[in-house]
Amino acid sequence: MAPLAPRSGDAVFASVERVNAELFTLTYGAIVRQLITDLEEVEEVNKQLDQMGYNIGVRLIDEFLAKSNVSRCVDFKETAEVIAKVGFKMFLGVTATVINWDAEGTSCSLVLEDNPLVDFVELPDTCQGLSYCNILSGVIRGALEMVSMKTEITWVRDMLQGDDAYELRVKLLKQVPEEYPYKDDD
Amino acid sequence: MIGVGKAKQYANVLDKPLSRGRQEVSLSAFAFLFSELVQYNQTQVDNIAELERRLEDAGYAVGARVLELLCHREKGNRRETRLLGILSFIHSTVWKVLFGKVADSLEKGTEHEDEYMISEKELLVNRFISVPKDMGAFNCGAFVAGIVRGVLDSAGFPAVVTAHFVPIEGQQRPRTTILIKFAEEVLRREARLG
Repeated sequence: MAPLAPRSGDAVFASVERVNAELFTLTYGAIVRQLITDLEEVEEVNKQLDQMGYNIGVRLIDEFLAKSNVSRCVDFKETAEVIAKVGFKMFLGVTATVINWDAEGTSCSLVLEDNPLVDFVELPDTCQGLSYCNILSGVIRGALEMVSMKTEITWVRDMLQGDDAYELRVKLLKQVPEEYPYKDDD
Repeated sequence: MIGVGKAKQYANVLDKPLSRGRQEVSLSAFAFLFSELVQYNQTQVDNIAELERRLEDAGYAVGARVLELLCHREKGNRRETRLLGILSFIHSTVWKVLFGKVADSLEKGTEHEDEYMISEKELLVNRFISVPKDMGAFNCGAFVAGIVRGVLDSAGFPAVVTAHFVPIEGQQRPRTTILIKFAEEVLRREARLG
């Protein structure tokens, strides 16, 4: 069977079941508030959000590959474009822009102007160090790890911290060679 | 004063126009997030009752905000003050906005005057959840029960709200019933208002 043609983010988003973004936003807010109450330290909350994102990313990549028909990207540049245009679109209904490539083509920025996580959100003075959207970086890291890419992801700009956009710096650390996962005696 | 001495500009949330609530995200994005909520809370508790209570608390926070948002956007800053009014507001308006449809049914309990039930054949949060046998009657609908309690409580109708699985004949999956038991004061007030 010939491989299916990759689908655009819009096409996939139009075909999947969707829910009101406000339910999603408010539920995420409830999670963050619960974490702040439980863990008290913003640093710990950031860590936990990243971990939750990672857990999601590890599972989400399967659905992404199954629904988008995207096959192996030729290079990291293509990977970044696919995340920005297809990945973000198909799950969150928004797209990101890829900018600021370094000379080696191993790190770039994803810029989000629209971000469904942050509607109704304002950080109080006590939470200034909180990286509210840290779950997103975790998702990307987890998903890429499942397709053999170790990455490091940091927030460069955050509108909740007073910046003019949301910017994620994605840095490819290494491509892990694929290994046959099973030993003979398993 | 907030923001003084900082070079960066903070956009005040109240200065931004209120969204019309038409934006959507994929159901799986929500399902993934909800699953993390449940899994995280599982690590924080020793028993099922405690887990349901924590999910309910998370839902309560959502409910309180949903009431404020919807009263402003859908009801022109008015909110229901009568028992049946607020129940039908939850059953239709709240459900429609949050879950994309009105709830399957809203009924009055037959045995107790103070009990009402909202039932849903397949509650959105339970769509991708199967409860392991050793967790007994645990129902993730506790989150939705929390939302309902959050709306009711914030509107001045304190109640105890719980989620239960109710088997339906001929169906593999049970439906979820959200049981609302109003506080005495609410019924007394209703009686007085006639």
